[in-house]
Amino acid sequence: MNLPSTEGPDRPATAAAMGLPEKSSLPPVSAESLLALYREMVLIRRLEEIAARAYTQRKILGFCHLYIGQESVAVGAAASTRGDYWLAAYREHGHALAKGTSARAIMAELFGRSGGASRGLGGSMHIFDKEHDFLGGYGIVGAHVALASGIGWAIQYRNEGRVCVCFFGDGATHQGAYFEALCLAQLYKLPIVFICENNFYAMGTALHRQSAVTDMSIRADGVGMVRDSFEGFDVELVRERVARAADFARSGAGPVMLEIRTYRHRGHSMSDPAKYRPEGELEQYRRDYDPLSITRKRLSQDFGVSEETFEEIRLSVESECEDALQFAEASPIPDPAALYNFTYAPQLTSMATGNDAPVFRLDAIQAERNGGKA
Amino acid sequence: MATLQIREALRRAMVEEMRRDDRIFLMGEEVAQYNGAYKVSQGMLEEFGAKRVIDTPISENGFAGLGVGAAMVGLRPIIEFMTWNFSLVAYDQVVNSAAKIYQMSAGQYPVPMVFRGPNGAAENLAAQHSTSVDSIYAHFPGLKVVTYADAADAYGLLKAAIRDDSPVCFLESELTYGMKGEVPDEEYIIPLGQANVRRPGKDISLITWGKQVFVCEAAAKQLAAKGIDVEVVDLRSLRPLDHETLFRSVTKTGRCVITHEGHLFAGVGAEIAARVQEACFDRLEAPILRVTNRDVPQPYASNLEKLVMPTADRVVEACEKVMGR
Repeated sequence: MNLPSTEGPDRPATAAAMGLPEKSSLPPVSAESLLALYREMVLIRRLEEIAARAYTQRKILGFCHLYIGQESVAVGAAASTRGDYWLAAYREHGHALAKGTSARAIMAELFGRSGGASRGLGGSMHIFDKEHDFLGGYGIVGAHVALASGIGWAIQYRNEGRVCVCFFGDGATHQGAYFEALCLAQLYKLPIVFICENNFYAMGTALHRQSAVTDMSIRADGVGMVRDSFEGFDVELVRERVARAADFARSGAGPVMLEIRTYRHRGHSMSDPAKYRPEGELEQYRRDYDPLSITRKRLSQDFGVSEETFEEIRLSVESECEDALQFAEASPIPDPAALYNFTYAPQLTSMATGNDAPVFRLDAIQAERNGGKA
Repeated sequence: MATLQIREALRRAMVEEMRRDDRIFLMGEEVAQYNGAYKVSQGMLEEFGAKRVIDTPISENGFAGLGVGAAMVGLRPIIEFMTWNFSLVAYDQVVNSAAKIYQMSAGQYPVPMVFRGPNGAAENLAAQHSTSVDSIYAHFPGLKVVTYADAADAYGLLKAAIRDDSPVCFLESELTYGMKGEVPDEEYIIPLGQANVRRPGKDISLITWGKQVFVCEAAAKQLAAKGIDVEVVDLRSLRPLDHETLFRSVTKTGRCVITHEGHLFAGVGAEIAARVQEACFDRLEAPILRVTNRDVPQPYASNLEKLVMPTADRVVEACEKVMGR
């Protein structure tokens, strides 16, 4: 069976030719650093599994899109850009976790609790964490790519020496906002790494049914943007290739488009049984292209990491997830009194919320009319 | 006291604010080298350079989104739409991004920015260049919607909009950019959410905003000659809405006519009528009437366009009706 992620007759090795560095400025991984990346991937996987269970128990409501299968992309990217600005779409639990948001804050957000990253106001699709420069999860496909151009703009404006990393799916690349963002980013040479996580399905529509091109980096050519395209199941490779792109963007040379081919093991969202996949496809990805298995194999074969160490990681992840779950369960629901606190920035809040309560000012007028008596 | 065109008053507001705060930049189509499609930003490129006065390609969706992203991380963009008609291709960025991110992030990311440009009908610009967007932006909590009548208000309100920490839709008009008015020399700010009683009167509260204020003032003159004393209230901002001035006026006069550009159906006038009847029901001596554009897309031909607009004659007619004449 030809797997979509390994297909593609016209995937030229363009990166070097386009001026991306041959090698990134990162040192090669050590046993220790690779083990840390492995643990992060296991944590994302496990937290998502627990979220799936909580969703079936109706503890998590609304939409819930799981990242299982794609962990190597966010974790590999974080290894070189953890200090930079990130934003992602609605399948962003894993990105937030990789960027530094705590499992507690993520799980509590999914539960709609005040201890969540967005205090229960955002939910699964809108995790924000300013402390870690994680600028959100967004639910309008492709629209947040335009925001990335603004973050890149601000970096350049203030000469911060940082980059903006923007994640989106293959489905986002057909949106107008996406194309406009690429045009502006390239025109103004903004320090942005665009990462298309091509998981070969836009909801239930397979790539060849949504796009006439299957290399999702190729559209960058139309705006003159440097691009790279690769399979992203090996976190070590993702780490290196994203680092190269980030080095390039950070140097002021302009944005980079990366297509990272990946695969989601679950449906589009919790309500999607994913029956549109060809028989055997998912099984083959899980067997041969699971990011966790690939890195675990590398760690044990090339770095001599023992089974005991893997077991220790499993247990520590289990305990971190259990702690997150307990935190979410115990976290209070949002205070109804705070409902109006986040509609307008504080300076004029009282006047703004007056729109919902015109009557309260009337009291004073009526009192005046009645000669001062309320 | 200087006499300034409205475009000059707007420019003075932007220039002063940009001198004060280097986080502010102006971005849009033709704002820099061309000096603005309506010359509002004339000379600003020269003073502030290409870093802070930026020409964009024709991509409203893109540069509106760019503005929102830049605002999220601490800059204070002024995004110019050559006309608000074109904002409709960026509607998603204004509504789904700018208006909602502060709430979605539980206050972690304010979006301090101004979207500005001309709104409503000019003359003979036909259907796609004459839209009034008031109601479609005022609908959304998270946005502020501000407009002005004369040069003094244009200056003071734009300063307030630029200093606001929330996204503000600032509605201007092609037809009045050249209108002259006195603007005090000293710096001042008109806080958002303060309506202005342009003409006190005792018989009818005539509620309006934007350049329709001048239509109302003309109507008020005609009505005065007929012995009807109209109070003209310029709301100035639709969000936040100055309920107090509105209700105080209707409580005093007992009659209310609302007039604005744009369509009647689900227009801002409908919202104001609902609020006035709720608050002032026992004081109303007549139904609340609304005078707006006719319920059709804007036609091109002058005679047809005149039929569509909420003219002074139509305002007079409505006022006479609520007086029982």
